[in-house]
Amino acid sequence: MVKSFENTPFCHEHILGIDGLSPDDITGILDLADTYVEQSRQDDKTTDILHGRTLINLFFENSTRTRTSFELAAKRLGADVINMSIATSAIKKGETLIDTAMTLNAMHADVLVVRHADSGAVQLLAQKVNCAVINAGDGRHEHPTQALLDALTIRRRRGHLDNLTVAISGDIAHSRVARSNIKLLNLMGARVRLIAPPTLLPTGADKLGVEVFTNMEEGLKDCDIVMMLRLQLERMQGSFVPSIREYFRYYGLDREKLKHAKPDALVMHPGPMNRGVEIDSELADDLDRSVIREQVEMGVAVRMACLDILTRNQSRPA
Amino acid sequence: MAGRVAYLNARLLDPATSLDAKGALLVEDGRIADFGPTLFKDGAPSVREVVDCEGLCLAPGLFDIRTQLREPGMEHLETLDSAGDAALAGGVTRVACLPNTDPIIDDVPVVEFIARRAREVRKAKVHCHAALTRGFLGREITEIGLMKDAGVLAFTDAVTATVDAKVLSRALSYAKAFDALVMQHPEEPALSEGGMMNKGLLASELGLAGIPTEAETIMVERDLRLVAMTGGRFHFSHVTTADALEAIRRAKKSGLPVTCDTAPHYFALNENAVGDYRTFAKVSPPLRSEEDRLALIEAIKDGTVDIIASDHAPHDQDSKRLPFSQASFGVIGLETLLPLSLELYHAGHLSLLDVLVKLSHQPTALMGLEGGCLKKGSPADIVIFDPDQDWTIEESALHSKSKNTAFEGRKVKGRVHRTIVDGRSMYSEPLNPKAS
Repeated sequence: MVKSFENTPFCHEHILGIDGLSPDDITGILDLADTYVEQSRQDDKTTDILHGRTLINLFFENSTRTRTSFELAAKRLGADVINMSIATSAIKKGETLIDTAMTLNAMHADVLVVRHADSGAVQLLAQKVNCAVINAGDGRHEHPTQALLDALTIRRRRGHLDNLTVAISGDIAHSRVARSNIKLLNLMGARVRLIAPPTLLPTGADKLGVEVFTNMEEGLKDCDIVMMLRLQLERMQGSFVPSIREYFRYYGLDREKLKHAKPDALVMHPGPMNRGVEIDSELADDLDRSVIREQVEMGVAVRMACLDILTRNQSRPA
Repeated sequence: MAGRVAYLNARLLDPATSLDAKGALLVEDGRIADFGPTLFKDGAPSVREVVDCEGLCLAPGLFDIRTQLREPGMEHLETLDSAGDAALAGGVTRVACLPNTDPIIDDVPVVEFIARRAREVRKAKVHCHAALTRGFLGREITEIGLMKDAGVLAFTDAVTATVDAKVLSRALSYAKAFDALVMQHPEEPALSEGGMMNKGLLASELGLAGIPTEAETIMVERDLRLVAMTGGRFHFSHVTTADALEAIRRAKKSGLPVTCDTAPHYFALNENAVGDYRTFAKVSPPLRSEEDRLALIEAIKDGTVDIIASDHAPHDQDSKRLPFSQASFGVIGLETLLPLSLELYHAGHLSLLDVLVKLSHQPTALMGLEGGCLKKGSPADIVIFDPDQDWTIEESALHSKSKNTAFEGRKVKGRVHRTIVDGRSMYSEPLNPKAS
């Protein structure tokens, strides 16, 4: 059913998180994104619905892949794109963020895509600017477009999201991708499991509406989808996990462990991957199981959809 | 070993079931095939060997969960071989060694080395504990999963405390995924630094820097909070003070997964044993006041103390015959674990079975192993001993390579006559040495 917000418009000014979105909002975005997947596969990939609009990528935390994905999405809709990457060492937290917002207001940007190392920082910025803001990841809090593209990937492969068993595995405590995905998947009726060593599970994990496992084989049993998260190598210094070798042995996804999931279970990863740490290298490249490359393609389409719905109803200042 | 051996006329003691009865026991193929008051009542069976226990006690062999065996790296002090002799002479059929060897046990290859050496030496059964943090530095946790799978029993920084609360809480949390046991030497180093005996009047008179009881209590109280926070299984090693024991008592009552042990020198001696700068009384934690010693005995009686372990720490003359401040901390104890623990029985504090509970059944249960009891099918790890036999501890007769005992010349009651491991008699003394 293609909804695309024709009758009931998307009524949010920003996309700061999955928090606050309804299942209809999400379905609408995914439906719209489906059309953009098709558009991106044509020889002529662009339309001009955002012609004359300006999108500014404001990245306080480095990311080439997400920024590029937003840039591509905007350009395929005909917008002008400016990339601002601000080295974190040059920023005094908080104060300069507001200053930056004032500057951008003066420049009449239409959409800001913001990534910041502090949870809540993007929300703070959104309160101060006059344009639409998309959260490209704030601290450990949310990364809504990632969750949306993950959902699109699953929906296109499986036909639906509800009643699927999805295992999210890895450094969940420090992951905004996990948090956004847990919210979205629960909203859409999927059954979510978390798999991690106790030191990488968020406090109160059992109250998030998920099933928690510290044994990966048990957690993967009969799963439809396995979502692996990256383990930052600094976690060894923080005494979260003892070594890469041990982490891979007990929490790394390899064929042996994957056997516990359903035979056609999909393997997902938001990227970038640490091969041999959270995921077996050969498994990551296995096109029959791994949809990691598809996720990247879905990412551009989802971001096109987000840019579309946020700008559709924007009133232009006099 | 194939073949059947019958032990007749024994006082069977099983701390797991509270069995205390005269009877017989049959060993077959290294395991307990049968036992009980009615076994072989009608006469000797057809077996390879019949052992008449002449009324002596027959109980599960002891399991000493805290020993320092010095191999690899310090073989001049002790080896698995010499420690094995000491253990067997003491009725100890199983030991767990601390990881403070050289190299330290913080990696799977060293675990496997010890297992291989133990198989070669083939005396008492040897298990090992591994370091909780790399190099005992208290910063990065070790590969708890891999080492547990390799057979490690528990994780501890051995003779130093794991001080950083964040590291310890993460280690406890992580260990839960593997149901691994974390052990702590409870000592707040900031308070014990430079100290060498119990802080008090005697230390002042002798002019020796003291270690206050608070060094132990503060760490115990803090770590109990971390246990409550993480839910991980935790064991306090060699607890010696009334205050720490009271904290553990309360924690256990509230259901925390906490256990503790103490060593015989802490309930058999007090700080006065230091006397005239006797370095054979220099131990870590230090021997305490008489009040603490008596509180410790009460804690053993009421079950606050789960296990008695020797903390066997071999040191040679070079490191003990020195001015007190320079001498190493530690005393041996494998061979004297049983007779010293029996002092609690002879003084009327515990029954014979209750002493054995703390020496065989509870250690085995805590470490998740099979045995520590008399049970059909269990490995035949057995000690036969005379609980009333008088003898005197003499260092020259002890089997350890190092002779640093705190009990030279002490008269004790309780003598091991035979120690059996997997059905093989590994140590024996004539049953009636006095008979002419």
